[in-house]
Amino acid sequence: MSTNLVYFSSISGNTHRFIEKLGLPAARIPLYARDPALQVTEPYVLVLPTYGGGVHGGAVPKQVIRFLNDVENRSLIRGVIAAGNTNFGEAYCLAGDIIAQKCKVPMMYRFELFGTPDDVQVVHDGLEEFWDRH
Amino acid sequence: MSEKLKLVNAVQAINWNRIEDEKDVEVWNRLVNNFWLPEKVPLSNDVQSWATLTPEEKLLTMRVFTGLTLLDTIQGTVGAVSLIPDALTPHEEAVYTNIAFMESVHAKSYSSIFSTLASTKEIDEAFRWSTENPHLQKKAQIILDYYHGDDPLKRKVASTLLESFLFYSGFYLPMYWSSRAKLTNTADLIRLIIRDEAVHGYYIGYKFQIGFNKETPERQQELKDYTFNLMYELYENEVHYTQDLYDSVGLTEDVKKFLHYNANKALMNLGFEAMFPKTVTDVNPAILSSLSPNADENHDFFSGSGSSYVIGKAVVTEDEDWDF
Repeated sequence: MSTNLVYFSSISGNTHRFIEKLGLPAARIPLYARDPALQVTEPYVLVLPTYGGGVHGGAVPKQVIRFLNDVENRSLIRGVIAAGNTNFGEAYCLAGDIIAQKCKVPMMYRFELFGTPDDVQVVHDGLEEFWDRH
Repeated sequence: MSEKLKLVNAVQAINWNRIEDEKDVEVWNRLVNNFWLPEKVPLSNDVQSWATLTPEEKLLTMRVFTGLTLLDTIQGTVGAVSLIPDALTPHEEAVYTNIAFMESVHAKSYSSIFSTLASTKEIDEAFRWSTENPHLQKKAQIILDYYHGDDPLKRKVASTLLESFLFYSGFYLPMYWSSRAKLTNTADLIRLIIRDEAVHGYYIGYKFQIGFNKETPERQQELKDYTFNLMYELYENEVHYTQDLYDSVGLTEDVKKFLHYNANKALMNLGFEAMFPKTVTDVNPAILSSLSPNADENHDFFSGSGSSYVIGKAVVTEDEDWDF
């Protein structure tokens, strides 16, 4: 599948729900180590939730770390969109900041839980315009 | 009249090495890692700041905290416990006991704030107000009635709305004080409570969705209608309660935006779409930033005019680089 969107979502499925509402083709990073690893071949934007709720580690889901440890996967990332909850204070969407910093790509957007209809609209239009330009 | 006590009928020794729902373990670990006690927060550093509040502001603050104490007491002694008999896994039962205990820690922490800042007479008066305010009592009664009802999924709805919506008329105030550099240690303590409530609402809402997804379309519609009706009923009462508290300081409209914003999040925790449009959820940036320092920054890359970003370079990273 040709796609410019890669995402991770836990079994509670909030990020998955956001991707469904976006209505754009997207590849999901597998939940379990026993599943075949995801290998991308085209530039993409990564959408992921923040884990933990503390500021002392564990914010980036293990599965996403595994995915980004692959050199080719990492070289194709062009931006990050992060999900979270402002209740987590400083840790709100922290996983997105960490990846944006490590991979030197922009943090494009933050949304809470599975996003409001307004969030979906902004990201949908924003991504279309972004890929038109790049 | 005593009701028949509803308890789990059969119990097996809990085996944490055989997991049916990995969310149970994840949330248990998160709650344990987030554990805290009010004694760790240097509340006494707020004594000077407290002295700068007007008598009216002090009264408001005391009343807000007794209202929050009541909600945490309900959730600790009735709410979380009432979910145990309907748990799907033994690990879910264990998580509810953790939630119940933590709610009791929250309830107790308000007393720590009171004893640090106020006199016994002021404390007693605030507690008297909490038992006499009709809107606070109504809010408690609505929720208690649902906890005593016999529909397990509706109990989860009531519980999630309490965790993710009903606290916020109260949480607003310490965030407001903190944004004005007042009672900042008290605000730090409240932020710990806010963080806990997010995990509780997320987890109970998640368990609700598992049950909801197994129901017939008719029953799903009934549950959805029920949720929105309860939300409207609670919201209407919450507006009156907010007026009772905040009219005297002119903050009612600002608080209502915070209510709308959190009502949307409560509904999302239950898997339903947000109800309030963005025109009424534009929370005061100072409050949002007091809640989360990242929340009010302009991260909307898409609406920005420039596209001056750095193309991702293939920087070699190893597992340990990602070992945060």
